[in-house]
Amino acid sequence: MLVIFFLVPFAIMVATSFYHRIEGAFYEPAFELANWQRVFTRVPLERTLFSIWISFLAGAACIAVAFPFTYFVTRMRRRAHVTLLIVVMSALSLSEVIVAFSWSVLLGRAAGLPNILAWLGLADEAQAWQPSFVAVLLGLSYIAFPYCVLTLYPQLTRLDPEVTEAAQTLGASPWRTFWTVVVPIMRPTIVAGFLLVFVFTLGSYLISFFLGRPEHWTLSVYISDQVSFNANVPFASAMAILLTVLSLVVVVIVSIVESRTRRLA
Amino acid sequence: MRAVRVSVTAIAVVFLLAPLAVVAVVSFNESRYMDFPPAGFSFAWYGELISDTGWRGSIETSLLIAVTSAALAVAIATPLAYVLRTYRIRLSPLLYTLGILPFMLPPVISALGATVFWNATNHIGHIENVIVSHGIFFSTLPLVTISLAMETMDPSLPEAAQTLGADHRTTFRTVTLPLLLPSMISGYAAAFVLSLNEYIISFLVAGFSVTTLPIKIVNGLRYGFEPTIAAVSVVIILVAATVFTLFAIFGNLLRFLGADPTVIERQR
Repeated sequence: MLVIFFLVPFAIMVATSFYHRIEGAFYEPAFELANWQRVFTRVPLERTLFSIWISFLAGAACIAVAFPFTYFVTRMRRRAHVTLLIVVMSALSLSEVIVAFSWSVLLGRAAGLPNILAWLGLADEAQAWQPSFVAVLLGLSYIAFPYCVLTLYPQLTRLDPEVTEAAQTLGASPWRTFWTVVVPIMRPTIVAGFLLVFVFTLGSYLISFFLGRPEHWTLSVYISDQVSFNANVPFASAMAILLTVLSLVVVVIVSIVESRTRRLA
Repeated sequence: MRAVRVSVTAIAVVFLLAPLAVVAVVSFNESRYMDFPPAGFSFAWYGELISDTGWRGSIETSLLIAVTSAALAVAIATPLAYVLRTYRIRLSPLLYTLGILPFMLPPVISALGATVFWNATNHIGHIENVIVSHGIFFSTLPLVTISLAMETMDPSLPEAAQTLGADHRTTFRTVTLPLLLPSMISGYAAAFVLSLNEYIISFLVAGFSVTTLPIKIVNGLRYGFEPTIAAVSVVIILVAATVFTLFAIFGNLLRFLGADPTVIERQR
């Protein structure tokens, strides 16, 4: 089943990327490199680089908050621990649609933060904070945050409390323990979490579509647009393969990092 | 450090909950337009979800897809997990990777793969396309839950059944399957919630003829704001929170998320 429904479509996609597109119609089997040549022109490459850049920032932002957050959660009492995880899992299950909508309301002029600030007299006039680069970044971080927590979580629960206790017995402050003991031990996990967020946000579609202007659109939006509005399936296939290769490279790095972590553990 | 701990946790929780809170406020707003402060309290937009045929239709479509595709996902994952575990064939790691790969990669890739697949079979725009595509894509979740359960299952139980004369099939049906049932249910629940929320696959595979709830929301947003969108978002959020709360009560949420079992014992 999996072979049929995952590998076969992928093979068809590879083949389709060489097909010939008929303007205004569909596409026909052929072998030509035109679609691939177009992949390496300015606009697609710009989208690719932009996607990589914003995914990189989202990954960094997520780790910066998610790592200490997860560390604290694993050291809480069971009730708080489970409750916070339910919050995280619920956020995880929200579709991009709802996340994009929520953030557009929250950052919007009508009923969001800018309006509340103006109402409280903290700002002169309510101005919409979206669409903008920051809005896309916030949205991407939001959808990736739960996944980030979930990659960090298993390893952080395995961090022996005696290690941090030993550091503190030897006189290190909790702050110092965190930076000189916890972070170095967890470095591979942090790298894995960062890369996971990176791949995950690389594939996001609706966030950049709704919270950004066209210059903030990611590769996924570009690909889907080629399918649904330009009906250019062959070119979209070529772009999708590029995206697959990019993501696979990152996934392979993650699994190498992870297997190394396991060997150390 | 205590101050840091409290503030980091608070920032994360506010970050996770703030958009949801705003949406909830908007959904109870009486006015058709977004306003702050809200102009009165009303359940009207929730009522519209049921009375409006467009919204009700998309809810029914989404539920149908989620119920069937989650079942399909479990049906694919159970034998795969069982075979991977029991026979320990050489291809096991490869097959397992293949099972979780669609989930690791950007969904637009699976979506496009599914689209060209259905185009090639000349079977375009049907609801069963979405069901099958979701079933494949989300089979990862039951695969993980069932594999975890198999790892923790006591191997002496099926062995005992066989010593007592049960054949392979009877053992599976009367011993292994009941033991795996909780993990199958939690895998089903996770696949169900995610299918309910999935947009890009449904859109590319059959977006022009099958309107799922997320597709309906996106279409609504393209034409501007409707308070019903806020109401339906709140409903979906509540469903998700309920499913995972039940998961935490009846299943082992912490174990599913990969916690070290001894940690869980310590915190009890």
